[in-house]
Amino acid sequence: MRVSVDTEMCCGSGQCVLAVPEVFDQCEEDGIVRLLDEHPDGEHHEDVRAAAAVCPAGAITVHEG
Amino acid sequence: MTTAQPVTPLNFPSERDGCPFAPPSAYERAREEEPVSQVTLFDGTPCWMITRHADVKAVLRDQRFSADIRHPGFPFINASRRALVAGQQTFIRLDDPEHARLRRMLTADFMIKKTEALRPRIQGIVDEFLDRMIENGSPADLVTAFALPIPSLVICLLLGVDYADHTFFQERSRILLNNEAAVEDVGRARDELVDYLAELADRKRRDPDDSIISRLVARGELTEREVASTGMLLLVAGHETTANMTALSTLALLREPEQLTKLRAQPALLKGAVEELLRFLSIIQTGLPRVATEDVTLGGQTIKAGDGVLCMLATANRDEDAFADADRLDVARESRRHVAFGFGVHQCLGQPLARVELQIALETLFRRLPTLRLAVPFEEIRYRDDMVVYGVHELPVAW
Repeated sequence: MRVSVDTEMCCGSGQCVLAVPEVFDQCEEDGIVRLLDEHPDGEHHEDVRAAAAVCPAGAITVHEG
Repeated sequence: MTTAQPVTPLNFPSERDGCPFAPPSAYERAREEEPVSQVTLFDGTPCWMITRHADVKAVLRDQRFSADIRHPGFPFINASRRALVAGQQTFIRLDDPEHARLRRMLTADFMIKKTEALRPRIQGIVDEFLDRMIENGSPADLVTAFALPIPSLVICLLLGVDYADHTFFQERSRILLNNEAAVEDVGRARDELVDYLAELADRKRRDPDDSIISRLVARGELTEREVASTGMLLLVAGHETTANMTALSTLALLREPEQLTKLRAQPALLKGAVEELLRFLSIIQTGLPRVATEDVTLGGQTIKAGDGVLCMLATANRDEDAFADADRLDVARESRRHVAFGFGVHQCLGQPLARVELQIALETLFRRLPTLRLAVPFEEIRYRDDMVVYGVHELPVAW
């Protein structure tokens, strides 16, 4: 799995950080998403998919495989 | 694709007619029979009502729907909402890029790490108000003794507002969010709140501190009116919503003793239980308004450019396609895909704070008062059917 984020689209809701803090963080200055792990381990895959689903701005893309 | 048969448009809003926690049955029927349906607003204007989970999410994330209140065709649910167009708009009623510019000045203040760091302080506030309620003795009104003061004090601390003024801003917020208040009264309440925040902004300019208002002023990018209206938005939204969620959640849990027992026995369920209560209660009851800027086909209907739409969060959150057995409160269910905070780039900015406040308030209340119960029959509770934010007017409790 590969994850990408669009910091222009992000609205800083923090939903992704709640879902999987091992993979997503927020920038101290503006609360905008920071991707910590582009290739998360299998144990996080389900939460990463949930993070993409709950992202209100559609700023997270999950590339499966 | 088949076009749904036209039915007589519903007058909006409808009244709740069943379980006080459930949306009006007319909205739920619309979701099952004609999920994108026409309703008639107070002034006779037709508007689309969007009731399914998938459609609500799609509309709120679609840039072809505008949140800009000044856009022709923007739907208003009553005359006072319409009258508020004249005046400084806050970012919730603007589109990107203007919206993003203003919102991003605040996103850092409500990020997860910041709100998590507030936990000890919020716990202290919750304990203090509960101590006072217990000291004053059973019974008590949970709204005035606990649910309302907690988020009011927290948002005051963050904004740099003096909590001693709470009666002033709580009373005016109540008028501002009352769907049945006279147009002049709503306008006056808004003006008085903006003036109050403008005065505060001016004081922070001369005597800066670390509060949100002070830092907004210090950026030097906003006019005084912009700072004041942004401050008003945060102050009103910051206490009304969480206060009503706290009281209504307490009532819902007292009404479902099995769920409450389960939650008390398994503290690990707390965070999920708060999400479930947000889903189940969906207190923003009149729908999120948008206007189409292009023709959009949705649910077999053509929404034309200039048509108003209302996204119904409560029916979306009880859509069986998204949540099995959706009308049942289940504190152990996975409900984080709810849309109680809205969806799209306008989704609630303060949601991390609301979550932390609700988690701490509910956990503390039910832990410290194991015998908490209603002090009046359930049937006597008065609900906020007349308000933008649903809840209870008072919640008499004993312990």
